[in-house]
Amino acid sequence: MFIPHTDKERQAMLRTIGKDSIKDLFVDIPESKRFPVLNLPEGISEMEAYKQMSMLASANNSCEEMISFLGAGAYHHYIPAAVDLLLQRGDFFTAYTPYQPEISQGTLQAIFEFQSLIANLTGMEVSNASHYDGATAAAETCISSYYHFRKKRANIIISPFIHPHYIETIKTYLQAIKEIEIRIPDISKPVDFKDAIRQLVDKNTALVMVQYPDFLGNILDYSSVSSFVHENGALFATVVYPMALGILKSPADMDADFIIGEGQSLGLPLNFGGPYLGFFTTRRELIRKISGRIVGETEDEDGKRGYVLTLTAREQHIRRGKATSNICTNQGLNALAVSIYLSLLGKKGLKEVAYQCYQKAHYTASQIERINGYKVLNEQPFFNEFVIQCPSDVMEIQNNLLEKGIIAGYNLESDYPTRKNQLLIAATEQNTREDIDFFVNSLQEVTIV
Amino acid sequence: MNTPKGFKFYKTDEWVKVDGNSAKIGISDFAQNQLSDIVYIEFNKEAGESVEKGQILSTIESVKAAADVNSPISGKVLEVNECLSDTPEVLNEDPYENGWLYKVEFNNPSELDDLFDAKGYDEFCESRH
Amino acid sequence: MSEPTVYELSSEGRFSITFPSLDIPETKIPDNLLREDVPLPELSELDVIRHFTNLSRLNYSIDEGFYPLGSCTMKYNPRINEVTARNHGFANTHPFQPVETIQGNLAVMYILQEWLKEITGFVAASLQPAAGAQGEFVGSLMINAYHKSRNDNHRTNILIPDSAHGTNPATSNMSGFDIVNIPTDNRGNINLSALTEVCNKSTAGLMLTNPNTLGLFEENVLEINDIIHKAGGLVYGDGANLNALLGIVKPGELGFDIMHINLHKTFSTPHGGGGPGSGPVVVAKHLADFLPEPIVGIIEEGDDEIPPLYGFIYPKKSIGRMKSFHGHFSIIVRALTYLLMQGKDGLLEVSNHAVLNANYLMSLLKEDYTLPFDRICMHEFVLEGFWKDIEGIHALDIAKRLMDYGFHPPTNYFPLNVKEALMIEPTETESKQTLDRFVDAMLSIAKEARETPDLLPTAPHNTPVKRLDEVKAAKDLVLCCRFSDKHE
Repeated sequence: MFIPHTDKERQAMLRTIGKDSIKDLFVDIPESKRFPVLNLPEGISEMEAYKQMSMLASANNSCEEMISFLGAGAYHHYIPAAVDLLLQRGDFFTAYTPYQPEISQGTLQAIFEFQSLIANLTGMEVSNASHYDGATAAAETCISSYYHFRKKRANIIISPFIHPHYIETIKTYLQAIKEIEIRIPDISKPVDFKDAIRQLVDKNTALVMVQYPDFLGNILDYSSVSSFVHENGALFATVVYPMALGILKSPADMDADFIIGEGQSLGLPLNFGGPYLGFFTTRRELIRKISGRIVGETEDEDGKRGYVLTLTAREQHIRRGKATSNICTNQGLNALAVSIYLSLLGKKGLKEVAYQCYQKAHYTASQIERINGYKVLNEQPFFNEFVIQCPSDVMEIQNNLLEKGIIAGYNLESDYPTRKNQLLIAATEQNTREDIDFFVNSLQEVTIV
Repeated sequence: MNTPKGFKFYKTDEWVKVDGNSAKIGISDFAQNQLSDIVYIEFNKEAGESVEKGQILSTIESVKAAADVNSPISGKVLEVNECLSDTPEVLNEDPYENGWLYKVEFNNPSELDDLFDAKGYDEFCESRH
Repeated sequence: MSEPTVYELSSEGRFSITFPSLDIPETKIPDNLLREDVPLPELSELDVIRHFTNLSRLNYSIDEGFYPLGSCTMKYNPRINEVTARNHGFANTHPFQPVETIQGNLAVMYILQEWLKEITGFVAASLQPAAGAQGEFVGSLMINAYHKSRNDNHRTNILIPDSAHGTNPATSNMSGFDIVNIPTDNRGNINLSALTEVCNKSTAGLMLTNPNTLGLFEENVLEINDIIHKAGGLVYGDGANLNALLGIVKPGELGFDIMHINLHKTFSTPHGGGGPGSGPVVVAKHLADFLPEPIVGIIEEGDDEIPPLYGFIYPKKSIGRMKSFHGHFSIIVRALTYLLMQGKDGLLEVSNHAVLNANYLMSLLKEDYTLPFDRICMHEFVLEGFWKDIEGIHALDIAKRLMDYGFHPPTNYFPLNVKEALMIEPTETESKQTLDRFVDAMLSIAKEARETPDLLPTAPHNTPVKRLDEVKAAKDLVLCCRFSDKHE
């Protein structure tokens, strides 16, 4: 499929090469291993492939067909039609990495705008062109901090209320650097973090990382944490849910050195977990210490404004064995999607969506609290996610609600073993009053107190 | 290629110009030419810090490469030419005079014997082509 | 005229997207939490459509023309992939949905795992790595974990050929290994005696790209892998060049222990201007337990009536999770769509024609350009981008001049062991007509280099911008724009 050659053309080409058949081009392959049998089906037409893939898709129940209150790091927001239709332009999606800037100004300017939009949204000085996702951006932050202090500071303190996948990813990434110690305080309440770090931060601490709002939805003011960290000469990073920055103060106000996070909620479909996008922002003076692509503004020979990949000397294709990261890509098309989404929503639109997420979540929470036996556990203000205590077995509740077509949030027990029968509930601008009331009524119905 | 006499050279393209019991250190004309337009210099050592032969003193970044500056001698750092940070191109234009990077008080004079003299360095560079 | 940025196009008070009015009672948000302003641009929907449409027209792309980028495999990106990936049944599923609601997704992942294993000759696979470089990182972490699990704690270095892609040494460094370089011999193979000399009890493994970045199949691959295994090390295969081997040979049968695959190269998923890609990893039996978690497996077997129940499996000695969630699912959907259409017969034709096209180009260019290794090539080959008797013309100039002829340049200055390298990979989706036009352009440039050399260092002339000042970019470091004063 997709091979244009005719028999005549093949023959002409072989004549030019001076061989009788294509098989003769594979003489370097060990003979006994050449041309193995592939135990796979024969090729099919586009029509048949379309049908087979459609059948597989129909074996799912999507968040469009069901009523979802599931968040936990990926959110079901509305994506305006213009985003995807622009992404489908072949000039964008079939283009390569912009190593030849003269013919890649579309991609390069789009990335420059992405960097600008993210820097402005977070209130930080600079942004890179993106990492694979929020978790790997967090891992790269740890690595950058370690090398920033020239390996002289080797412990990293992470809040246990950062997304569990991020914590796991950080551990995976750092496992090969034996000198680094990851310290996670043993606390059950997010508000205890500022006291806990007083025991953990020392002269060897490179980085302290928190999440805002945290995994349980809490909005905390980390200003005192930030001051304490800086007094001890270490760096302070916050993982952020970017939609929240539509209305909430940014951790830039808390003097964060890095603000990183997951960009999925800014115009990327849920796509069963990927591909997403990790945004990464920092202060200008740290820019040479970070990994990932960066686009910079410049001029061409005629003085016309243009954009190029810059600070490439840090990257793997030049530094090779001395590079601190092997990253070779950014999430190109996804960064473009975020640029388009933020441009479409703009100042007013993002504020509106964020506001609605907050309101929908608070309405849901207040309605759930009225059910006998249920309690909203958040002691701090929350944005669009909160934790509820269920009065009976949470898996049974979830299964019963599933039968009614409702996905009732995320079971916290697997990540926090002491949190039995607790659910993390998220709401977005897409949850209507009808949905929420149906959810709450159903909860009441299926719960045996 | 411009290789002034009176300078000694390390195999990784740094020069040393002795003055009493201290010496200035920089990168050779060959090195700056290989790197081409230098855009950034990172100074890894401060005045007062000690340094061992072979340790990384600086990292120099150009558009197409990043290279480490290794110390040809051991001793104590006396001065760092930090104002080069504002004008990194001086390292390309004038590597042997205004492009000096560090002034070090050396504590092991025998290390100087391991270095090339100007002629020896020229020959070394020839052999690399 | 250059295209303004979204901030320059912004007009105070303008907006495009509206939302339904709030249908629930409002809660007051504490003032101390609120931010004062959100510095995002204010544009109409038409502004946005025009702006990004105009930007797209500044790009070259596969849809527009030929991209002979070595080791990138810039083949045609099928449109049907874009349709299946966008099926709402796939696109609107949340990664944490109960498994009974996403059996379709798990089936897609399971089936792709099976196809990739069969094509490459391995027994276990993970689809989690986000890109080739991450796949490599998985590989080296697994090598590390494997040796440690056998209490073999002195395996400190990884052997890497000098022709290797920059990610190979960078990955090894990230994984805590020292790097030992292996030179290439004058036939373009790994220098076997150099390899034997350095391979010993501290060798954790070898990272081998085969065919290598010179486009040549390692003639001694069986012997090389044997040497490493005898010393107790493992062989990691960089699968960037898999497009030459589909149905031709299974790397798992050549002695490789682990390999990563680039779905965005070999299996037609789009490059997207720099991502997202996907870098699944396939492994031999002794490494299956170390794969990143989770992978997809069958929890309950099915029968003629009922499909199997798919679920997530956590390998016993997993190196851990590489990223959040499960992998680049919508890229996986595209790759599976492509594989279903190709089938085993189609895949063989892919490699047959990829190799035919490369050898055809090589035959036509080797008179006028210097070919450092005159051997049958695989899916790509390397030329020297300079002539000893012409001063002042470099690979860069040839590359820039090609743009004036309407082609994207080949990869240049890589691999490092060829001077002024030009790495050319046509892929199988290019026709003889396109290749002939490319040859004409290359020969014309060779002629220009001799007769009208000024055209090259001043190229490109016909592109949206001319050569850009990279020194200025690195010095000024203007990395974002903000509202100018007049927009306040």
